[in-house]
Amino acid sequence: MLFDLNNKLKTFHKGGVHPPEHKLSEHAAIEELPLPRQVVIPIFQHIGKPPKIVVERGDEVKVGQIIAVHEGFVSSNIHSSVSGKVGRIDEVIDSSGFRRMAVNVRVKDDVWDESIDRSDNLVTEIPFAPKEIVEKIMEAGVVGQGGAAFPSHVKLSVPEGKHIDTLIINGVECEPYLTADHRLMLERPHEIMVGTKILMKALGVDRAIVGIENNKLDAIELIEKVSREYDGISVESLKVQYPQGGEKQLIEALLGREVPSGGLPMDVGAVVHNVGTTYSVYHAVQKNKPLIERVVTVTGKKVKKPANYMVRIGTSVTELIEASGGLPENTGKIVSGGPMMGKALGDMDVPIAKATSGILLIPTFESKRSEVYNCVRCGKCIEACPMGLEPYHLMLLGKGKNTDEAKEENILDCIECGSCSFICPSNRPILDYIRFGKSSVRKAENNQ
Amino acid sequence: MNDIILYTILILVSLGIAAAIILYVVSLKFKVKEDPRLPEVMDALPNTNCGGCGFPGCSAFATELVNADDLGPYHCPVGGNDVMKEVADILGMEVEEKDPFIAVVKCAGAIGVRKQFSEYDGAATCTIASDLYSGERGCSDGCVGLGECVDACDFDAMYMDEYTGLPVVVEDKCTACNACVKACPKDIIQLWPKGKKNKRIYVACVNEDKGGTARKNCSLACSGCAKCADECKYDAITVENNLAKIDYETCKLCGKCVVACDVRNIVADHFKQEQLDKLAERRDARLEKEKEARIAERQKAKAEAQAAKQSGEQKPLDEKLNDSAVPEKTEKEEVSTNQNPDVV
Repeated sequence: MLFDLNNKLKTFHKGGVHPPEHKLSEHAAIEELPLPRQVVIPIFQHIGKPPKIVVERGDEVKVGQIIAVHEGFVSSNIHSSVSGKVGRIDEVIDSSGFRRMAVNVRVKDDVWDESIDRSDNLVTEIPFAPKEIVEKIMEAGVVGQGGAAFPSHVKLSVPEGKHIDTLIINGVECEPYLTADHRLMLERPHEIMVGTKILMKALGVDRAIVGIENNKLDAIELIEKVSREYDGISVESLKVQYPQGGEKQLIEALLGREVPSGGLPMDVGAVVHNVGTTYSVYHAVQKNKPLIERVVTVTGKKVKKPANYMVRIGTSVTELIEASGGLPENTGKIVSGGPMMGKALGDMDVPIAKATSGILLIPTFESKRSEVYNCVRCGKCIEACPMGLEPYHLMLLGKGKNTDEAKEENILDCIECGSCSFICPSNRPILDYIRFGKSSVRKAENNQ
Repeated sequence: MNDIILYTILILVSLGIAAAIILYVVSLKFKVKEDPRLPEVMDALPNTNCGGCGFPGCSAFATELVNADDLGPYHCPVGGNDVMKEVADILGMEVEEKDPFIAVVKCAGAIGVRKQFSEYDGAATCTIASDLYSGERGCSDGCVGLGECVDACDFDAMYMDEYTGLPVVVEDKCTACNACVKACPKDIIQLWPKGKKNKRIYVACVNEDKGGTARKNCSLACSGCAKCADECKYDAITVENNLAKIDYETCKLCGKCVVACDVRNIVADHFKQEQLDKLAERRDARLEKEKEARIAERQKAKAEAQAAKQSGEQKPLDEKLNDSAVPEKTEKEEVSTNQNPDVV
């Protein structure tokens, strides 16, 4: 009976997989992590141009003070997440895996910038004009917290000639293990709703849909109840399927519209924002609070205490793991993000960034890739691809550096969800080679 | 019955003749004029199609050579000067002799020399690994160690050393075709002149991090201390972005920089160990002498100061410092000019 009901729910229709969910931390309430002694704030945490550092070694900073200013439109401000003295400004290996500029701040007390409203009372009135809202979001350095870290103000600046009719709030959280968005919806539903109203006003739309997967029944129930107090917001429960949290998949699931190849969600009249982003938007606009903390899930099969923490940006991963009972024995991999799209870290001292949704500790017996066999042409990857591509073929094109044909086969449409590698019975590293193919296609395009 | 056979034969024969005439006329009319020297040049070239000349294969290179006015910019690295001379003879042109090159690996970060922080088990090619993150070993500029250069080599001239985890170039087989240089995502491999008697000197490091950071990750990293540059009489070594670079055109292969390097990471191929030992000895002796001279100078200054104190004259502090600094410098210069002639 339940199975039938599940099949009647909305979802996207091309491809998709259903990995084991393992939502170990879904009942762990969000905990505030004690202030670290030192934070390392990476300067380049988003897609676009890196911002310019405006502090120097030895400067005193307050919580919420700006330390790097955006350069150009597709860029984002970076604020200090703690108060204290600026230490070394140097390159460190961050969660991207590369050496990038970062500002060290030695923590002293917890002095907040005066303009920030730290009270808990809910402010539902939105006295700002749409332009002011976008301006405030830009100033607060809000970026998409679903994983890609695309600056949010860019998504809200609709170019002329495009008409947006629906705002979609992404509460899908289709990645296994992660529960940060789920907990946020359960514990801060009103903030998310007001944030949604703010985004609706900024975009000038009167319809917003919150999409939540059917494995979060308590969140669906609560958000549905709360959303009745706010006009124009509805909730839709979705069939559990990965990668439903992808913008294009979510739009198809909720609106039945397909984003054209190479296009943006704006082309089909929709804008998608994550619930975490919406929560930050509420704080940025109503409380003047920049994006200096976020919810991070610390989880894994052997972790003593899988939990969700409210963490200041720049806190070291080591500290989160310590708070969850320390590094379990035989940990083979530490992944930033979920198991499907996350990235294994090369170093434990990597700082938490704006887009770090979780820290996943994978035990050794699961961490190694299995032996690779030849492709048996079973076509499972084609069935699983949510973008309707032919992963096995793209892999070969990437491997052979055949950039022209790869581009014709729409390799750039790949959203790197990893469904193909997940489903492959021969354990072939399909996504690795597709990613390589994408980067060589982009390089070739830049050279032209 | 007979008529049918006769007509059949006649019709077929006339069709054949007509077709032959048409084909003959067409072949005359659309004849492709090929330079008769082209096949000869093709035969002279090594036909390995490696692309080292910068053209997609020997055939394209031969066409380019036949149409060229001057052979100056063209060179076949595989065939070398002999083949280019042969080609020049066929084309009736002159060609300059060029120094043969060889690929050198500018990284000494072997297993154990560089700390290993993580383990990579993704798709085993260097480009994919280096697109993903800064690498499993400390230095993010160093060799990834997955052997993409070895795969790129058409001449079997490279292999991965099991113990160091670094690629090794087989000198006799390397043709300097540039394939490994293009394949390496970290730009570690460079073409270098083979040198007289195969002698070459190069810095086996490409890391541009600050000295401390670089050494922390790799005990053989170039810290940019510029001791080698100070030693070089010919200004062949420049230190830019914390990294020493040797200009092979001005380098005279004297070997002094090799012994000046703290971590001995300036590679001297085919140098005799005794020669390097001798250079090191001389350098040590000279440094010892300089040190003694400095100590003597300092003592002298001290004695003078004491004498001055005793005589009751009180000099201001600045002057005192200047006094001791100036003579030391001149002494140093004298020492180095005295030393140089007998070293050469």
